[in-house]
Amino acid sequence: MIQENMQLLWYFGIFAILLFITGFYCILASFNMVRALIGLEILIKAATLLIILAGYIVGKTALAQAIVITLIVIEIVVMVVAGGVILWAFRHNDTIDPRNLSNMKG
Amino acid sequence: MIMNLTLLVCLLLVAIWTVMTTRLIHAVIGLAITSVTLAIIMNHLNSPLAAVFELSVCAGLIPVIFITTVSFTQRISKKQLRVREKERFIKFWYLPVIIVVAGLLLALFTHAPQITVPPAGAEENVRNVLWNLRHIDLLGQVIVLLAGAFGVVVFFKESGK
Repeated sequence: MIQENMQLLWYFGIFAILLFITGFYCILASFNMVRALIGLEILIKAATLLIILAGYIVGKTALAQAIVITLIVIEIVVMVVAGGVILWAFRHNDTIDPRNLSNMKG
Repeated sequence: MIMNLTLLVCLLLVAIWTVMTTRLIHAVIGLAITSVTLAIIMNHLNSPLAAVFELSVCAGLIPVIFITTVSFTQRISKKQLRVREKERFIKFWYLPVIIVVAGLLLALFTHAPQITVPPAGAEENVRNVLWNLRHIDLLGQVIVLLAGAFGVVVFFKESGK
């Protein structure tokens, strides 16, 4: 049973690492704030997958679900506020390219 | 196991499509499909409540936020779109190559890492855990929600000048 769980962890772990790579690539390679947010979402999905898998393997899915619910609530708040930041930046600079945000202080 | 692997491959392919597609609306739809796939995987891993949350919030609400943001910001002509498609292909064709190479390298390690897994404990009721064991988390969630609402109000407040 433990060996089977370790195999499961390994298979899911490989896919979580590949999802992390995809999200990081999206954040690093695109100069669009909405795309950066999409990359962040993919990173969060990889983390969610790992938390649920850990709960399944240890046999404490209830605890894992409680943590994932907290994660989802924080995720939605981050997305809403980040959407507000993007709209604010667009109103003031007429662009969502972070390279062109030239009128920021500091 | 085969079902799980199929779902994981779907998840990864949709995530790659989300990152590589040119139009932001397509990317947002891809993100929603990623969430749906993840929710199915969660349901397979005995976590139905988290799956419902993922499905309703991440596949329902977050795409709405993204689409609202995109509809307020994206002003692009068809000519610009064609130029961007070309630029995007040049910049992003590395991604599938990196994913395939990394996947093959990771798959070469056939021996799973030796991590000590604690023995499976008695399964608890998720409502009991959420409301009794992790009730401080709920307080934190409420505070984070209020902070988010305050942040949005500050961003969209009309300056009186």
